[in-house]
Order: sequence, then C-alpha cells, then structure tokens
Amino acid sequence: MNRENMSSFFCGFLFSIGLGVAGMTRPQKVIGFLDLFGSWDPSLLFVMVGAILVYALGYRKVKKMAQPLFTAEFMVPSNRQWDSSLITGSALFGVGWGLAGFCPGPGLTSLSGLGHSSLIFTGTMLVTVFVFERWRLRGTSK
Amino acid sequence: MKVELTSILNAFLGGLMVGLAALLMLFLNGRILGVSGILGGLFNPSSWNQVWRYCFVLGILSGGLILKLFFPESLENTVVRNDLQLVLAGILVGWGTRLGSGCTSGHGICGVSRLSPRSLIATGVFMAFGILTVWCLNRWGLN
Repeated sequence: MNRENMSSFFCGFLFSIGLGVAGMTRPQKVIGFLDLFGSWDPSLLFVMVGAILVYALGYRKVKKMAQPLFTAEFMVPSNRQWDSSLITGSALFGVGWGLAGFCPGPGLTSLSGLGHSSLIFTGTMLVTVFVFERWRLRGTSK
Repeated sequence: MKVELTSILNAFLGGLMVGLAALLMLFLNGRILGVSGILGGLFNPSSWNQVWRYCFVLGILSGGLILKLFFPESLENTVVRNDLQLVLAGILVGWGTRLGSGCTSGHGICGVSRLSPRSLIATGVFMAFGILTVWCLNRWGLN
C-alpha cells in the first residue's frame, strides 16, 4: 500500500473519530444545534471553531509549499464564481440535514453502528450520489 | 438555550481532530477533505479507480467501528423519524451535496477556512435551510 492510500485511510479514521468525539454522529445534537429559535444547543458550534482554527492556521503554512508531501500537486478548487447549482444544492442539502440530523461524514461513520436509521439514510444517500453521477454524465455526453 | 460544559469541550476537541484530519489530507495528499466529493468520485468513471478514495472511506468506517465498540453512546440516535422521512433526507443530502459541490466538511470546514466565496455562500445557505427545516418540524410537531 502506498503512502497516499495509507494517509487517506488515516485521515478518514481520524476524521470519523473526531466526529464521534464532537457529537456530530448523534442526530439529536445536530438538530439541537439547528434549533436556533427553539431550545438551541450551541455546543456543535465549537466543532466548527476547533476545526476551522486548525485548518485555517495550517492552510497558511501549507499554501507556501511547492507540492504536498506524498503527491505531485495540490488539487484545491480555484472556482470562485457562485451559480444557481451551488445555491439550490446547498438548500436541498440543508433541508435533508435538518430532517434527519445527518450530513455525509457522520452518516458514513454511523453506518458501522448498523443502526436502522443510519442504514436507511446513508444507504439512500449513496444510491442518490450514484444516480447523480450517472445523471451528470448523461448531461455532458449530449 | 441549553449549554453543557462537557458537550462544548467534546465538541471543541472533536473539532480539533476533524480539522487536523482535513489539514493532513491537504498537507500529505494535496486534497480537500470533502466527504460528498470523495464519495461522488467513486461513482465517476474518470476517478472510480483511485484507490485512495476507497482507503478514505474504509478509514471512516473503521473509525465508526471503533466508536461503536468503545464509545457506543457516540452513535446513539434518539431522533424519531420513519423510513420515508429517512429516505427523503438521504435523497436530499445525496443530491444536494453533489449539486452544490460539497457538504459540511468540504464547504463548511475546508472552504470556510480558505475563505472561498463559494463555500461561504454554500455554508450560509445549508445552515439557514437546516435551521428553517428544524423550525418547520417543530411547528408541525415532528420533533
């Protein structure tokens, strides 16, 4: 196994443990956080604070590197234009997030718990992502 | 508003781990840690054979297994939703994150940290619609 694959595994592992420690894998916490006008639970705000703190500080250093440690080049999106897909997609995502209390990372992490809700939610999400990719390819081939 | 100090400390500690994982993905492999994008690439003929994507997903699932074995309360779900609501949520999250090119990780953490205008907009929109949805569900007596 090469270094890129090993580090990807490790990043996924650390990421999901972090989500679990943070409370992101408990949908009731997520819904409590989104319940801004009800019994708001602000604790998950600190997940963003912690994560953005580390990433923003680290990003300033990493940006100065000529290339990443294990691969040939950085693949960071450079598109800065917003469009209707960005808005519509994010709005649909927000509705689903508020409905189930799961976003993709915690959904995938919870799959290992084999709970009924996570199996249904994440299973449907994966099928939908598959269908979306087929749909988008069909759009470009025409 | 309900505030528990341990929840806040756990959230901050977990956030540091999540941020570190995302930063390592950039520092080591030069990539944005965006879960929906990495999943999408698995179903795209131009990138489905990139082994690192499977390794990342396997890492997430392994982390989930460790949580399940040693910290099972972290995967506890007390939100009551029927199968139809869960399917609907899965469709909305799957389609929405792909159409919007990102989710809470890629836009919410990596993009916001980089001050990417697209990610700042996306994060504002999905947070606002999440808040609106929970507000509606409360009013309809579903929460």
